[in-house]
Amino acid sequence: MADVVLENVTKKFGNHTALDNVSLTIPDGSFVVLLGPTGAGKTTTLRMVSGLDRPDSGNIYFGGRSVEGHTPAQRNVAMVFQQYSLYPHLTVRQNLEFPLKSPLLKTPREAIDRKVNAIAEVLQISHKLDNKATALSGGEMQRVSIGRALVRTPQIYLMDEPLSSLDAKLRADLRIELKNIQAKSGATLLYVTHDQIEAMTMATHIGVLHEGRLVQFGSPREVYEHPVSIYAATKLGQPRINIIPADTFPGAPSRAVHIGLRPEHITQGSGQDALVRRVEHLGDQTRLHLSFRKNDLITVTDAHTRLKSGDTVKIQPDKPLYFDAAGMRLA
Amino acid sequence: MSSYSVTEPSGRQKLFAGTLVILYALITILPLLWIIGTSFKSPSDAIAYPPKTFFSPTLEGYVNLFTTRTRATEEDVKALGEPTTWYDRIVRKDGFIIAGPSRFMERFSNSIVIGFGSTVLCIVLGTAAAYAFSRFKVPLKDDLLFFILSTRMMPPIAVAIPIFLMFRSLGLNDTHLGMILLYTAVNLSLAVWLLKGFIDEIPIEYEEAALIDGYTRFQAFYKVVLPQAMTGIASTAIFCLIFAWNEYAFAVLLTSGTAQTAPPFIPTIIGVGGQDWPAVAAGATLFLVPVMIFTIVLRKHLLRGITFGAVRK
Repeated sequence: MADVVLENVTKKFGNHTALDNVSLTIPDGSFVVLLGPTGAGKTTTLRMVSGLDRPDSGNIYFGGRSVEGHTPAQRNVAMVFQQYSLYPHLTVRQNLEFPLKSPLLKTPREAIDRKVNAIAEVLQISHKLDNKATALSGGEMQRVSIGRALVRTPQIYLMDEPLSSLDAKLRADLRIELKNIQAKSGATLLYVTHDQIEAMTMATHIGVLHEGRLVQFGSPREVYEHPVSIYAATKLGQPRINIIPADTFPGAPSRAVHIGLRPEHITQGSGQDALVRRVEHLGDQTRLHLSFRKNDLITVTDAHTRLKSGDTVKIQPDKPLYFDAAGMRLA
Repeated sequence: MSSYSVTEPSGRQKLFAGTLVILYALITILPLLWIIGTSFKSPSDAIAYPPKTFFSPTLEGYVNLFTTRTRATEEDVKALGEPTTWYDRIVRKDGFIIAGPSRFMERFSNSIVIGFGSTVLCIVLGTAAAYAFSRFKVPLKDDLLFFILSTRMMPPIAVAIPIFLMFRSLGLNDTHLGMILLYTAVNLSLAVWLLKGFIDEIPIEYEEAALIDGYTRFQAFYKVVLPQAMTGIASTAIFCLIFAWNEYAFAVLLTSGTAQTAPPFIPTIIGVGGQDWPAVAAGATLFLVPVMIFTIVLRKHLLRGITFGAVRK
């Protein structure tokens, strides 16, 4: 394991700039999550680090040494692809053994068996070890794909939405398991996801990518509480942050154009009247869809609220975030 | 209530489809059965009119195929004593004695060496070229592929004379190597195009996964691409072998003594002592066997489907 550093990395595909001068330090033993919509450059970043693609300019360092021109094998990276590309001509066991048998690792037989059995146990696929890889369900394939990375102890694990096609329970299990493995082994991870719970619960650092640029990098708390822009603010939070005109509430600084209000930062009981349009009972909480001076707002309230649509409720902002016309945050 | 399904054919549809398939199979296999039947007939049964569907089988055709015979007087035959083997007996019945082995085995093994040699060479070169065309940025790729295909835009025999002259000056006339190179050259364009299609269908993610798993590009090709390309390789190999195996015109033109293959040899049997159709049929029957075995051995690779389903698109 080692620090992985990207320095001014740029990558173009034809006329499209996939990565624009990205600099990023992935500290040893950290769990870095990349957030951003499709096309933001998340997967391209993984491929740069893996060595499958080369940057047009900029450098990548593993433990202080440039890995320019090094193959994935020389870099010793493990990767879980978004397309869980299991080798279809092999069984599940052979798929898991494949990296261990490589000329890179040349693991002795008994160590292979021990590692494969252990990882199959963790991923709950022990009973499928002798199946053909093609005879698995989507979720099982993805677990094998994760397993093929986890049997190794590489310099860095690269994971491209590894939990995306699993059902909710399994996703929750594996989220905890991945975090455990990382915490125990001190492994370094670079992880791409759309899922904010994964980002918030597992990440030590979050990087927000926007059209090939890294717009914010920090701890999950930092990105959640102090987003640098509206764009970064909308990447975390469920339900999403409310963005409303700055003059909706008094007290905005002069250059502010937008106010950002997290749903939990709308306090009820005092302030001004808002109309309840819809009430969603989620069990542990209730979401209120409000109409306030022609703006739609979403907020959360306690699970047993008696509010129903058509009621009015008094609201006022708490810890509002102010953004300028370009969507950048005003300190 | 009868179960109704849109996708499952009904019993009547299955019966109709099955009947068609069986009918077609019978029509295609009939000439083959006739040849095999003829190889077990006596020469007189073979030319009998109306043709005999039922006859008493004999191995005379096969004996005549493998031997050369001379007519002998009764005294000569008596002087040799009792026939010692079953094939002596068959030959002497007609007043012949065996003079020695024919050249069939020699021609047959030439066919094997040249046919399989050119198939192997063609597959090795074709797979390498197809992989490169499929995966790498080759300058002028489309033009090159068109150029490769253009070698098949005329019948190969159209260039027979230049090839004959080239072979003569290179000393390749009537050599195994020459015939292997020739058949490989003719088949290679087909092999490259067929194999490129198959390799194109193998997602590049598998190789990338293998690169990540610590293998070199060549190892990834060998361990991941090749097993998945087996379907394409097997069918291409069968096409290549069938062409090289059956080729007649170049074999007549370029081989005579040492490297002659079976196709030009079999018709020459006709001339030896009357029209010996059973011997010709026996030669044709045996000639079929290697290609049939080869196809049966590779048949399991021809079943498609093993490569589907493990990459999420």
